[in-house]
Amino acid sequence: MSLSLKTARPVPVRLSPMTSYLLTRIRQSLITLVLVSMVVFAGIRALPGDPALALAGEERSPAALAAIRADYGLDDNIAVQYGRFIGHAITGDLGTSSRTGLPVADAITAALPVTLELAALSLLLAVVVGIGAGIVAAVRRGRPEEWLANALALLGLSVPTFWLGMVLVLGFAIALPVFSASGYVPFAADPPDNLRRMVLPAVVLGSGLAAVVMRQTRAAMLDSLSADYVRTARAKGLSRREVIGTHALRNSLVTVVTVLGLQLGHLISGAVVTEQIFVLPGFGKLTIDAVFTRDYATLQGVVLCTSAAYILINLLVDVAYSLIDPRIRLGGAR
Amino acid sequence: MTTALPTTPARTRSAGSGKLRALRKNRLAMTGGVIAAVFVLAALFAPLVAPYDPARPDFADALAAPGWSHWLGTDDLGRDQLSRVVYGARASMQVGVLAVALAFVVGVPLGLLAGYYGKFTDSVVSRLTDTMLAFPFLVLAVGLAAVLGPSLTNATIAIGISQIPAVIRITRAETLRLRHVDYVAAAVANGGGDATVLFRHILPGATSALTVQATVGIPAAIIGEALLSFLGLGVQPPEASLGVMLSGAQSFLAPAPWMAVFPGLAVVAATLAFNLLGDGLRDVLDPRGATR
Repeated sequence: MSLSLKTARPVPVRLSPMTSYLLTRIRQSLITLVLVSMVVFAGIRALPGDPALALAGEERSPAALAAIRADYGLDDNIAVQYGRFIGHAITGDLGTSSRTGLPVADAITAALPVTLELAALSLLLAVVVGIGAGIVAAVRRGRPEEWLANALALLGLSVPTFWLGMVLVLGFAIALPVFSASGYVPFAADPPDNLRRMVLPAVVLGSGLAAVVMRQTRAAMLDSLSADYVRTARAKGLSRREVIGTHALRNSLVTVVTVLGLQLGHLISGAVVTEQIFVLPGFGKLTIDAVFTRDYATLQGVVLCTSAAYILINLLVDVAYSLIDPRIRLGGAR
Repeated sequence: MTTALPTTPARTRSAGSGKLRALRKNRLAMTGGVIAAVFVLAALFAPLVAPYDPARPDFADALAAPGWSHWLGTDDLGRDQLSRVVYGARASMQVGVLAVALAFVVGVPLGLLAGYYGKFTDSVVSRLTDTMLAFPFLVLAVGLAAVLGPSLTNATIAIGISQIPAVIRITRAETLRLRHVDYVAAAVANGGGDATVLFRHILPGATSALTVQATVGIPAAIIGEALLSFLGLGVQPPEASLGVMLSGAQSFLAPAPWMAVFPGLAVVAATLAFNLLGDGLRDVLDPRGATR
């Protein structure tokens, strides 16, 4: 990575504001990641009783426990154990599931595509619907359209994901059987069937996000529309469409990108519930199943991966944001 | 988020009553306030309000549709849905209030310290906040439930902990802003000790932002409780909770849709009410956030 090259330079060089901002953000993310890994590592050892028992799950013969002790080196110094945990995690070894006896990493790899598809579809929905409704609400200020968009956004924020899921199942899978309400078929295997099963979950997961995006787009558009440069653009005789599309919207998108980044945690939490309702074999279902079967090795792996991904995405969002808006890296919101 | 704003004049008492009047004029906020009040009262006086014992099964009357004897119908065990919704509201409010209280008790002092002392303290607190934010709410709650075991108390703790980072950030940002405001600078110049400045001058100034945060935190906690209980990680059946009711309703969606509809509507009504009230409060108390 270029990071090591830059930090290894012997002579202190004047870094550009962008580089130093990036380095600070990366350093912060790394510290957070290390702290997270410590919490995850400590969490399983905070369980009442013997961690070997916890990791063993149902298999509790003395031989199995001894094997786990040796495997995880549970008799070693705690720092040594942590070092080994990290070493294994970095090479992709997240231990063995006590429920299936298979590597945790394999279970995660199998679950990932499901959750990624769900997240991508909901994100797409949230962006298209949210930005569209936000523009309409801002441009048609004080008209029924704005009122409708606002009401929908407020509903989207107040209706819990899992209840919306049940209502949609009731409406579109039971009363009017248009969509299927459970199970997963890979997109590659049967695209129409895959989509038929993914539409409802994506709507459920995307609705709250769409509401947030709509509110932010509306607020940002209202700010932009009253800004001097938009008035100038209008005075220049640009068409309404050009003013709204190129001038006002582009500046509003900066805010929207940030908000999307901030909402990713909700997306992950929402995916857990959505997968539970629609019986999708994704990350969320893996997590919940791990809790109920006391499969701590899987739980540890899933939590570590989710948090690492979350930290990485937040870092990328910040970097993207600073590329779009130079004030962030120069002024420093932090 | 932490940008220091130009000095704002200290608020006076008459401005406070003017704000109350402004809030009263906001019809949406008042509607929200009334619904929230109904919810709170129902929760407080659940034994008086509920027409039936929420836990008593009546198999002869199982899965009864809404009607005169059971306004919201009965569930698969013949328990009265209205009574269970009322007791569920009680669990929701309990979690809502206690979780937010927990988040404030931990978050406000940390935010004050980070914002006031800056430098090393700020770095430590900010990294702590980032670490907590690195766990998506549900992952954190699920992890805690796995470690502590599922129960109403543990769900409250999990939800409270998940709200701490937001409280820290808001308190920190407010402290950063207020530290340079004239009246605080004057208090420092007058030789006010750190504790005096923090608790007598800065904390009161941060009340508006924290009030708004509380009205955001309560509905979030209500949804959080319903969600955790729905997943089996919160309130355990046969205790009544809106999430437990919805979880039970999943198996009876086709024959008894009312089992899913009414507890869900209760959650929506409660969160909507607090959100409306919160929006109104934000418009009145925190003009900077009003445009957001």
